Amino acid sequence: MVFLTDRKRATGMGAAKTGTAHFWGMTVSSVALLILVPLFIFTVGPMLGENHATVTAYFSRPFPAIVALLTFIVGLLHFKNGVTVLIEDYFQGLSRKIWIIVMTCVSYAAIATAVFAIARIAL
Amino acid sequence: MVQLTLPKNSRITRGKVWPKPEGATNLRTFKIYRWNPDDGKTPQVDTYFVDLDTCGPMILDALIKIKSEIDPTLTFRRSCREGICGSCAMNVDGINTLACIYGMDEVKGDVKIYPLPHMSVVKDLIPDLTHFYAQHASIMPWLETKTNRPAKEWLQSIDDRKKLDGLYECVMCACCSTSCPSYWWNGDRYLGPAALLHAYRWIVDSRDEATGERLDQLEDPFKLYRCHTIMNCTKTCPKGLNPAKSIASIKDMMVERSV
Repeated sequence: MVFLTDRKRATGMGAAKTGTAHFWGMTVSSVALLILVPLFIFTVGPMLGENHATVTAYFSRPFPAIVALLTFIVGLLHFKNGVTVLIEDYFQGLSRKIWIIVMTCVSYAAIATAVFAIARIAL
Repeated sequence: MVQLTLPKNSRITRGKVWPKPEGATNLRTFKIYRWNPDDGKTPQVDTYFVDLDTCGPMILDALIKIKSEIDPTLTFRRSCREGICGSCAMNVDGINTLACIYGMDEVKGDVKIYPLPHMSVVKDLIPDLTHFYAQHASIMPWLETKTNRPAKEWLQSIDDRKKLDGLYECVMCACCSTSCPSYWWNGDRYLGPAALLHAYRWIVDSRDEATGERLDQLEDPFKLYRCHTIMNCTKTCPKGLNPAKSIASIKDMMVERSV
């Protein structure tokens, strides 16, 4: 049995003095994705079903390559921040920390893969 | 991982069906959650039949009638009977509300009554609100000033006073907090809609001089930012208030002071 007052339980270790940066970051990336996702669909869409040479030539142009790159980077950073919130919601204790580390690594690995793939096509 | 199923000793079983009142023709069926910490049994749902011809129109009227005439062991909180004290908050037909201002005619079919969800139960329809009240106390629900007390009173303009409308009316019934999935999963750290609405009530009060400290106390991924704008709080509030808007306003102020 732990003898803690109700107030002590409610206050816990106090406020972490953080959270707003994360919230604002999610807001900014949401707005960015609102612009980037339609751009991505309209730039990548016409290439569906085209042959390899046409696609490579298309992504050698700066605009489609940059749009694709930004969409992947911003989208995956948004995913990383979003999945962190989700893990904080549903996991507790050590598993919470482990899952946040795992999903952060997965997100950065996906970003690196996207950057490498687009760079390889574009350059 | 969050627990998605009820523990064995919380699983509800079918309870007693109480006899119908003799000679009554206008009956309504009430299925009510019962749990007694002293008998060692799991919770059960008892069935009662209430004669509507001799009963008031509200859910609380029926509960009082059941307690007075059918089963005196039925336990629930109530006081004012007019939606001011917040005591009789319970889950009626799946909605957290105040039994005293919720009409029986608003429920179709049998009336199913449970305690507020996801709280420890003290007995029958009485949830343990100890932590909920402690969270309210933690947001300093009083006017905090540093300037010397004025000779007469703290002045406030009519416009500033209007900012408190829709906030001060909260009766702390806990309907909102106990309808919030974020509060269900992380109620130990997340303050919940009720405490945050009260926090905003003091943050936005023009006479209060601790705005910065209040925001500092809330700047936390769990205390404030567990709110994901699910809006159950606003939908269920029996007083028609909008805690979700208050929480959004606090977040706006957080951004305002840092960006």
